[in-house]
Amino acid sequence: MTAPLPGYLLEVAGLRTAFHTRAGAVRAVDGVDVIVRRGECLGVVGESGSGKSVTFASVMGLIRPPGQIEAGTVRFDGQDLRTLSPRQMRAIRGRDIAMTMQDALTALNPALTVGEQISEVLEAHDEGLPRRGPARRRAITDRAVEMLRLVGIPSPTERLRQYPHEFSGGMRQRMMIAIALSSRPKLLIADEPTTALDVTIQAQVLELIADIRAKLGMSVVLITHDLAVVAEHCDRVMVMYAGEVVEEGPTQAVIGDPRHPYTKGLLASIPRPALRGEKIHPITGQVPELINLPEQCRFHSRCPEAGLGCLARIHMQSSGPGRKARCIRLHDGGEAHG
Amino acid sequence: MSLTKLVERLVQLVPVLLGVSVIVFLMMAMTPGDPVQIMIGDQNVSAAQEAQLRHDLGLDRPAYERLALFIGHAATGNFGESFYYKRPVAQVIAERLPATIELSVVALLIALMTAIPLGVLAAVKKNSVLDKLATVGSLLGVSLPGFWFGILLLMLFAVQLHILPVSGRMGFATSIKPITGFLLIDTLLRGDPAAFLDALKHILLPAITLGLPMTAVLMRVTRTSMLEVLRQDYITFAEAKGLSRTRILIRHALKNALIPTVSVAAIETGSLLGGNMIVETVFGWPGLGRLVVDSIFVRDYPLVQAAVLLYAVTYVLLNFVADILYTFLNPRVKL
Amino acid sequence: MSDAAVTRPTPSQSLLLRNLAVFAENRLAAGSAILVLIFVALALFAPLIAPQDPNATDLFRRLQPPAWQAGGDWAHVLGCDALGRDILSRIIYGSRVSMLVGATVVFIATSIGILAGLAAGYLGGWVDTIISRTVDILLGFPYLIFAIGLMAMMGAGLGNIILALVYKEWVIPCRVVRAETLATREQEYVEAARALGASNRHIMLREILPNILSPVIVVSTIRMANVIILEASLSFLGLGVQPPTASWGAMVADGRAFIMQAWWVSTFPGLAILLLVLALNVASQGLRDAFDPRFHE
Repeated sequence: MTAPLPGYLLEVAGLRTAFHTRAGAVRAVDGVDVIVRRGECLGVVGESGSGKSVTFASVMGLIRPPGQIEAGTVRFDGQDLRTLSPRQMRAIRGRDIAMTMQDALTALNPALTVGEQISEVLEAHDEGLPRRGPARRRAITDRAVEMLRLVGIPSPTERLRQYPHEFSGGMRQRMMIAIALSSRPKLLIADEPTTALDVTIQAQVLELIADIRAKLGMSVVLITHDLAVVAEHCDRVMVMYAGEVVEEGPTQAVIGDPRHPYTKGLLASIPRPALRGEKIHPITGQVPELINLPEQCRFHSRCPEAGLGCLARIHMQSSGPGRKARCIRLHDGGEAHG
Repeated sequence: MSLTKLVERLVQLVPVLLGVSVIVFLMMAMTPGDPVQIMIGDQNVSAAQEAQLRHDLGLDRPAYERLALFIGHAATGNFGESFYYKRPVAQVIAERLPATIELSVVALLIALMTAIPLGVLAAVKKNSVLDKLATVGSLLGVSLPGFWFGILLLMLFAVQLHILPVSGRMGFATSIKPITGFLLIDTLLRGDPAAFLDALKHILLPAITLGLPMTAVLMRVTRTSMLEVLRQDYITFAEAKGLSRTRILIRHALKNALIPTVSVAAIETGSLLGGNMIVETVFGWPGLGRLVVDSIFVRDYPLVQAAVLLYAVTYVLLNFVADILYTFLNPRVKL
Repeated sequence: MSDAAVTRPTPSQSLLLRNLAVFAENRLAAGSAILVLIFVALALFAPLIAPQDPNATDLFRRLQPPAWQAGGDWAHVLGCDALGRDILSRIIYGSRVSMLVGATVVFIATSIGILAGLAAGYLGGWVDTIISRTVDILLGFPYLIFAIGLMAMMGAGLGNIILALVYKEWVIPCRVVRAETLATREQEYVEAARALGASNRHIMLREILPNILSPVIVVSTIRMANVIILEASLSFLGLGVQPPTASWGAMVADGRAFIMQAWWVSTFPGLAILLLVLALNVASQGLRDAFDPRFHE
C-alpha cells in the first residue's frame, strides 16, 4: 500500500461490515472505498439500509456484536485505525473524529446535565488543561461556555446546569454539535443532522455546521438522504446503494449530470419548486435484502435501463474527471431507454 | 419537584390510610369470641367489674363509634393496653422496633450491594456463564421459601461449621447498654469492637435470609434495565465521544438503569416487612415480627391489631417513597 | 405475511395448539410442567403412593435417619420425624394441602378478579371507582401480614387459610384484567359488537374475555407458586392446617427444633416446596413466552 496523499484526511479501502443474524450474514457494507480530503465536505447519500451510517460507524470503531468489520483498511491522518488498540482508538474518537447522531433527543443522556456532557469530552481528551484543582474546573467550564456560544445558544452559563429535556429540538441539536466539536476535531461525521428537525431549523443547523467548518478548518462528512442538502453544502458526493458505492464525484457534476440510474432516480424523486407541474418519479421497488446476494448489479431489479449484461459483477469505473460510477451502460453514449 | 405537588401526593395517601385502618378494625371486630372474656381469662371477677372493663374498653358502644375511636386513637399512637403484657401496646412495640429495623436495614444493604453489581455484570456480559448463573440464581431466589432457606443456613454455618451463632441478637457473654437500640451502632458508640463483631455475626444469617428474595428481584430489574439502557443512542454517542468504558457504564448507563431499580427497591423493602415475621421466628430474633407471632398465640388482639396497622402504614409510606424517588431520580418526569 | 396475523386474534383451537407446540419445544418449561403434573398425581393418589400411614407414630423410630445413612432403612426412605412418622409419606400427603390451597385460592381469586376487573375496566364510572379504591386499600397491606392478621382473628384451619388468601389474592388478577380490558375496550370488534346492540354482559364475557385470557392464565400460574409459598409460611408459623394433618410448612417448622441432630426432618419437606414452586415458576415463564409474544425480549 502506498502512503496516503498529503491531501487525504480519511482513506477507507475495501471496507466490509456484516451483521451475523440467524438468517445469515447481512452484508451491510460490502467493499466500500471512501476518500475525504482536508477541509472538504463530503456528502453521503442513500436510502435507509444503504449502508451509509454503518460505513462511518465502522470508521469510528462503533460496530457492536452481532456486527463485525470483516475486511478493509481505515487510514486516518496517516494511521491505520483498524490496527489500533481500544485505548488508542478511544483517544482518537471524540478528539480527532467526532460524530453527531440523527436525533439529539436520544443521543443526549437524559440523566446528565448538558454541562457534564460537554466537559466529559474535554476531560477525556485533556488538551492543555490545567492538571487539577479549581483552575482545571474553571478552564473546562470556560471551554464549555465558549462552545455553547459558538453554536449560538443564548445565556450559556445558565444553560450548562440544565438537562437535555429542558431544551427545544433545535437547541438540542446545537448542543450535540457543540459536544462533538468541543475538542476541535479534524473530521466531523454528521449522521442525518437535520432529519429530526423542522425545515427552518434544518437550514440554521446546516449553516452552523458550514460556518464552524470554515472557522475550524475541519473536514465534514454529511450523511443524508436529501440530495438538496448535498447540493447546497458539499464539495463532493458519494451515492450508496445496498452496501455499495454506486456513484461519486464533484457535487455539481454528479447532480447536474447523474450517470448511474439510481442517482438519476433519486434526483427525479425530489420535488423541485422550480419545476412545479413536472411529475415526481419515485423509484419503484425495494432495496434488496442484503443476505446471500447474487453476483450481479444490486440495482438490477429496480433499474429501468437493466439488461442481460447487468447479471454479472459490476465494478466502479471512471465516468468523467474525478468521477466514478458502478454501471455498465456508462459508455453506451447517452441514456438508454426501455 | 414542587412542594405543592408533594403535598398533593401526601393528601392522596389519606383515603388509603383510612381504608387500611377500617380493614384492621374490621379484622378485630370479625373475631369470634369476646375480648373481655379473653382478658379476664381464669381470673375471678364480678359482673360489675366485667361491665366496668367492657366500658373502659369502649366495647359497650356501637360499632361506628368504636371505629371512630379506634382511628382517632391510632392517629395519636394510642393502641390501648396489651392483654398479655398489661402495658400500653405502643410501649411494647417501641421496645421491639429497633431490632426489626436494624435487621431490615442490614438486609436491604446486603441486597443492594449484591444485586446491583451482579445485575450490571450480567447485563454487560450478556449470555456469559455469569449471566446464566445469575438468571438461575434469581429464579432460585424467588422460589426458595425463606423459612427453609434460613434453616439450611443455620444447619450449614451454625451446626456444621460452628462459625455463626444459632439465634438471638447477641451472645450471653456480651452485653451492651443501649443508646440507640441498634446494636451495631451502640457497640461502636461504646467502643467495644468485640461486641460489634458478635452482633454482626448474629445479624448476618437472618439478614441474608431476609434479603434473598429482594436480591433476586433487584438483580433481575437491574439486568433488564441495564440491557435496555445499553441499547440507547446516548450510549453510542458516549462511545463516539471517546469516553472510557468505566465512565460509560457508571455515569451514562448505570445512572439511568438505577431509576427503576431504586423504585423497585423501595417497594420491595415493603416485602421485607412480611419476611420479618418468618425470619425472626427462624432465628429467634427479638423483634416486632416475632412479637406479633407470639401475640397471636396468646390472643393479644390489641397488640396484633396495632402491629398489623403499623406494618400496613409503613408499607403504604414505602410505596409513596418509591414514587417520589422515581420522580426525583428521573429528571425527565416533571411532577 | 399471512392474513391470520392482521385479523383479530381469536382464541381458535389452532392457535391454542400452535402455542402449546411452542411451549412443548421449550424443554425446560415442558419438563417443569411435567414435574408439576407429578406433584398433582402425588396429591390425587397419595393413599396409593405413600409407603406408610403418614400419621402413624412409632417412638422406636423417633428421628430415624434416611435410608442411606447409618441407622436408616428402606421402609422409611427419607427417615422419620420426632414422633417416628415416615417423612416421605408425610411429604406425599402434604402435597394435598399445598395443591388444594394453591389451586383453590388461585381459581376463586382469578374468577373474582376477572369479574371485578372486567366490570371496572369496561363499565368504568362509579363501579371502577369503588373497585379501584378497594384494590388500592388492599394493596396497602404487605401480603403475608394481611394473611397473618386474618388468620390470627379467624383461627387456624384449611378453610380459613383459603379465605384469608383469597381476600387479597383477587386484587392481582383484577388489576391485570382491568388494564387489559381498558386496552381492549376501544378495539374495532368491540365497537362493532356494541353497534350491533350486544348487551354489556355479552361484550364483556364473549368479546373481551376470550381475548385477554392468555395474560390472565400466565399470571395465575405464577400466582399459584406464590400462594403455595404463602400457605407454607402460614403453616410454618403454626397458623395453617392443624396437626396431625401433614403440611410442608409445618413439617419444616417441626424440624427446626432438631437441626442439631436430625437435618432430614426440615430439609426434605422444604425441598418439596422448592421443587414445586420452581417448577411452577419455570413453567409459567414458558407459558408466557409461548402465549404472549409481547413479553419476548
